[in-house]
Amino acid sequence: MSDHAADIEGLLRQAFKPVEPPESLSMRLETTLQELTDLAAEELESWELRSMRDPRNWVRPVAAAAIGTAAGAGLVVIRVRSQHRKQRKHVQGIELAERTVKAAADEVKRLVDRF
Amino acid sequence: MGRGGDAANPHPVQTRRLSRLRCVDKAQLDREFSDLYRAHLRDVYSYAYYRVGNHHDAEDLTEQTFLQAYRHYERALRESDGRPLRPWLIRIAHNLAANLYRDRARKPQTPIEDTGALSAMHTTEDLVEGRDELARILVGVKELPDDRREALIMRFALGMDNREIARAMGRTDGATKVLIHRAIKQLEEIVATRGGVT
Repeated sequence: MSDHAADIEGLLRQAFKPVEPPESLSMRLETTLQELTDLAAEELESWELRSMRDPRNWVRPVAAAAIGTAAGAGLVVIRVRSQHRKQRKHVQGIELAERTVKAAADEVKRLVDRF
Repeated sequence: MGRGGDAANPHPVQTRRLSRLRCVDKAQLDREFSDLYRAHLRDVYSYAYYRVGNHHDAEDLTEQTFLQAYRHYERALRESDGRPLRPWLIRIAHNLAANLYRDRARKPQTPIEDTGALSAMHTTEDLVEGRDELARILVGVKELPDDRREALIMRFALGMDNREIARAMGRTDGATKVLIHRAIKQLEEIVATRGGVT
């Protein structure tokens, strides 16, 4: 690079000194940005409320509870059948039926207590 | 389908969690944007001022630049891949300035919006406080083609390096280096023709 070019660059640096923005601009911009931020927060809150008010969103927790109940009942049946297999060798007929009903009732009670 | 719902119809618990996450994300984004704003307000204003040549339009341009940046900040942050966002801000200002000139050129019937008045950097010379050689440099810069003038503003008013200028102008690093070199050469010739630098 020539000396002249270096001179020009030096002069450009001096000529193009950074310009401070006016105080009024900073204040105006900060106020506007703060308002936008507040608006965005309000929008999010109202979106959440709208979503919770929408009855379509209530179906899922009910379905989830139903699925949970069915799963619990299935668990009762599996455990009772498992106990059956252990007891089948020793008991017969009506005695088995009585034991089955009692075992199922005990298992349901245990699950209810747990929840 | 799982118990957690889906994007179209989220579970209320999921909705609350998403909402909280969004609030946290948004608050974090807003804080980061505030930092960006504070760090680069002077850069954007300096660029705008040297680009349009008066404080009134420079203020408008700076304001519009930050408002547009705020709208697209999340995406810019995602796409920046950790690189500095100053070139992105200056690119927004550059595009808005181009739009400003284009819009005003379409309405030449209004004297106050005359493009000649806009392009006259009638106040920028005031910044050099009467030093003739610096004033001559600024007058010479006005005679450069837009892209060369902008590159010099970015380099010397904002202290941007070639890579940053390249990103701001949408060019390659090599093309930017050549652009700045040619701008300085042309400015040298202009200044020499006008009576030289003492």
